[in-house]
Amino acid sequence: MLTMLLLLPIAGAVLSLFLPKEREQDAKWIALVFSGAAFAVSIVVFAVFDPAVEGYQFVDTFEWIAASDAGFSIAYKVGVDGLSAPMVLLLGLLSVVSVLVSWRIDVKAKQYYAWLLFMETAVAGVFLSLDLIQFFLFWELELLPMFMLISQWGSGRRLYSATKFLIYTLAGSAFMLVGFLVLGAAAGTFDIAELTAEPVTEAAVPLMLVFWAIMLAFLVKLPTFPLHTWLPDAHTDAPTAVSVMLAGVLLKMGGYGIIRIALPLLPQQAHDSKMILASLAGFSVLWGAVITLRQTDLKRLVAYSSVSHMGYVLLGVAAMGPLALSGAAMQMFTHGTITGLLFVVVGLIYDRTHTREISQMSGLMHRMPLVGTVMIIAGLASLGLPGMSGFVAEMTTFLGALQPHPVATMAAIFGVVLSAGYILWTVQRVLHGPPSERWRDLTDATSWWEVTAMGSLVIVILAVGIFPTLLTRAVEAGVGPIAQKIAEAIS
Amino acid sequence: MSTLVTAIYVGPALALYVGAGLVLLADLIHGRRATTGAIAFGTIVVAALWALMQMGTGAEGPILHGAIVADRFSLFFTFLLTAVTGAVILATTEWAATIEDRGEFYALLLVSVGSMVLLVQSNDLITLFVALETTSLAQFILAGIARNARSSEAGLKYLLVGSVAAAVLLYGFAFLFGMAGTTSLPGIAEFVRTGADGLRLPLVMAFVFVAAGVGFKMAIFPFHAWVPDVYQGSPTPVGSFLSVASKAAGFAVVLRLFYTGLGGGGTSITQDWAMLFAVFAAASMLFGNIGALVQTNVKRILGYSSIAQAGNIAVGVAAVAAEGTIGPSGVLFFLGTYAATNLGAFLAVNAVSARLGSDEVSAYAGLFKRAPMTAVVLSLCLASLTGLPPTAGFIAKVYVFNSAIQTGHWWLVALVALAVVNTAISAFYYLRWVRTIILDEPEDESPIETPGGAQAVLLIASAGVLFFGVWPTPLINAAQRAAAALLA
Repeated sequence: MLTMLLLLPIAGAVLSLFLPKEREQDAKWIALVFSGAAFAVSIVVFAVFDPAVEGYQFVDTFEWIAASDAGFSIAYKVGVDGLSAPMVLLLGLLSVVSVLVSWRIDVKAKQYYAWLLFMETAVAGVFLSLDLIQFFLFWELELLPMFMLISQWGSGRRLYSATKFLIYTLAGSAFMLVGFLVLGAAAGTFDIAELTAEPVTEAAVPLMLVFWAIMLAFLVKLPTFPLHTWLPDAHTDAPTAVSVMLAGVLLKMGGYGIIRIALPLLPQQAHDSKMILASLAGFSVLWGAVITLRQTDLKRLVAYSSVSHMGYVLLGVAAMGPLALSGAAMQMFTHGTITGLLFVVVGLIYDRTHTREISQMSGLMHRMPLVGTVMIIAGLASLGLPGMSGFVAEMTTFLGALQPHPVATMAAIFGVVLSAGYILWTVQRVLHGPPSERWRDLTDATSWWEVTAMGSLVIVILAVGIFPTLLTRAVEAGVGPIAQKIAEAIS
Repeated sequence: MSTLVTAIYVGPALALYVGAGLVLLADLIHGRRATTGAIAFGTIVVAALWALMQMGTGAEGPILHGAIVADRFSLFFTFLLTAVTGAVILATTEWAATIEDRGEFYALLLVSVGSMVLLVQSNDLITLFVALETTSLAQFILAGIARNARSSEAGLKYLLVGSVAAAVLLYGFAFLFGMAGTTSLPGIAEFVRTGADGLRLPLVMAFVFVAAGVGFKMAIFPFHAWVPDVYQGSPTPVGSFLSVASKAAGFAVVLRLFYTGLGGGGTSITQDWAMLFAVFAAASMLFGNIGALVQTNVKRILGYSSIAQAGNIAVGVAAVAAEGTIGPSGVLFFLGTYAATNLGAFLAVNAVSARLGSDEVSAYAGLFKRAPMTAVVLSLCLASLTGLPPTAGFIAKVYVFNSAIQTGHWWLVALVALAVVNTAISAFYYLRWVRTIILDEPEDESPIETPGGAQAVLLIASAGVLFFGVWPTPLINAAQRAAAALLA
């Protein structure tokens, strides 16, 4: 079942590459069908997933590299728990959305959709892997499509941004591999479940080093201040669909990795580092928010707000209690949908105005009522308005983090105030005000693909905001054992 | 031991030498009309099949008073080396037709690979040295075979550096013989394990000289200086042969010398030479990758990359303290995948370089449009050299790095940390090239035909790169069996 999630997109990618040249434009249909099928599978997985059952579900496994003599046995093992099930759903949803918002791509369309689907497989592999080496494999697999997508279909300084993304991620993940190998050598297995059940207590190098070697990759991906500088560049120069995927699911790989691997595999070291993590989280939220306020480029603004909002995830992680961790996991999901939607809207505006300078926009609401309305919804969700999904996640995180990290939590709450500031201010500058003569001929986004892309995300945002149990049930089942693991380790 | 058995055990090398003679004879009689390429390829096929047959029938053991040994280890390399040479011959027939000394080219190639096969079978310092020198002499001439200024310069440079390396190696051998009183590798191993008390310093001197002498063949820092110049100057088919076969043979010799001759793990000097190789590995990776960053000529990039890759492989040599066969089998696995990968890259370059008219990276712009298959193969091989999944290069790197970490030595963990940082650096120049190939717009859109033989080889190489990336178990098992023979 879960293997289908890995095979469907890659099958679509291969198929799209083999399209005859004159039917190049049909690549988008292939991409839609295959990402849609993967989305359907992910819905089924999420719906059938039973939070009451302990451990991983839908496990597919076989021995991939059987070389026991050489201490190098690696399993192919995929499965979901309450932590990964929402991530898989998010990936399925955003993959379809990103295909929809690419509908007008006509430069090398076959390759474009092939890379996009290839990336979906890679990210799905990260969320599903239950073996460290396999996890690392998919983590690295995601680099090439991302590099290609930004450097070819991006805008501005796209090669620079793509290279910066590549170097940052590779440098981070390089140390992650060393950490994984040290853990594997110490425990004699790379199986995440086994390593979680019995955390390694002694290795060739101090475990604190191992912890930070692994964390480095995740913190770069999250991204955390001061490792975040690749993100605004990558976002600004990436095509809309790639921004949606980048903000929506790729950043979550960082948070997911921390909760899935760094915390449960090295609970003692994680606990000893919680103050540092909380400080990083506080800085990220505030620094990200302050920098966001200064942005004049609409897309860069959303990008920096991601740095700030992903800080909440790290804050929840740093608190390490069940409540805070489920807040962090929910924040990952909600941020994926909300920021994904914001990037969709920004992309739609840019498609029409061909500028991202906020100062040049004014009164767009008059010309594009639908896009404007959606932007307001996404903005309100982003600043954490009750009734929307962002509120639930942030509130849970703050409640869980307040006691262990009062200062960082206060800083984060102040970050919410700032985010209300930059979002409302941006909405006012872009949508309201006198309608500019320059934008007289703008048309609203009414094509079916645009409406579907926006509509599906709006529905999810509202649904989770009104019925948080849709999400909390799974998430709590997922992070509960991990929080317990840490509590055991320190007692 | 009867002569017949001896002949069977050294069969592949024998066949290759005889083939070389036949090629020269045919060349003498028929001149340029002779089908020397076909004879050479046929010889290679015979040798490779012979090695397979030996593996199948278990025709293994020491012969000629232990000077030569046919075991899983030598057979692994015999097969690898002949396969590589066969691929080079098949893929470069078009180029070979253009050179004056076609017969000599094939004859020298066969002599060189025949001596390499003998080299990996050597179990005695003297046999080893003779085989090493024979293969080197043939390679010196091969590097200069194009008879233009660049090629001659490459040949001469290779000869000069190679001669110094040979002298240094012989000096190290003299040390070993002086102390152990025997030239047989098992005999020296016995001496290192039992009678070496108080002789640590001379032993260290001996193996430093030995490592330096063979380091030239493996192209590791600081014995690498010839690599970029020779790769750039010599004809590409020769470069591909040197970068893959010669390097593999060099590592085979190092494994034989250090794991058999110096007693492998657990002796009083094991840690000393493991550290020496760790230092070599670190320096090679840094030097190779930083050197490659600033290159714009693809052959020089491949040259520097080959130095960096030698560093990666040397990590496996340094992992002698790991349990079981994981250290040496990692080296063998890496060499096996590296052969397919680097051969694919070199031969793809060879297939298009004449038509591109330039060896600059910028000339590869939009190759994807002009020669789609070759471009995809080249990109795949470059991704594998970087170590990106799902290629064999990824598994090879993880496997070798894992072996180093399994030792539990902190300095090897540090070495692996350095190695992975180097991987990130290398991604920069490998993927920049891939991007140029796939995404940039070509100046001239005319399609480039890749010759049939080259196409076949490229397909096989890329199939290997993908297959062992997705399903590496068969090659890992073969490598482990070969490594077990080495440790026995």
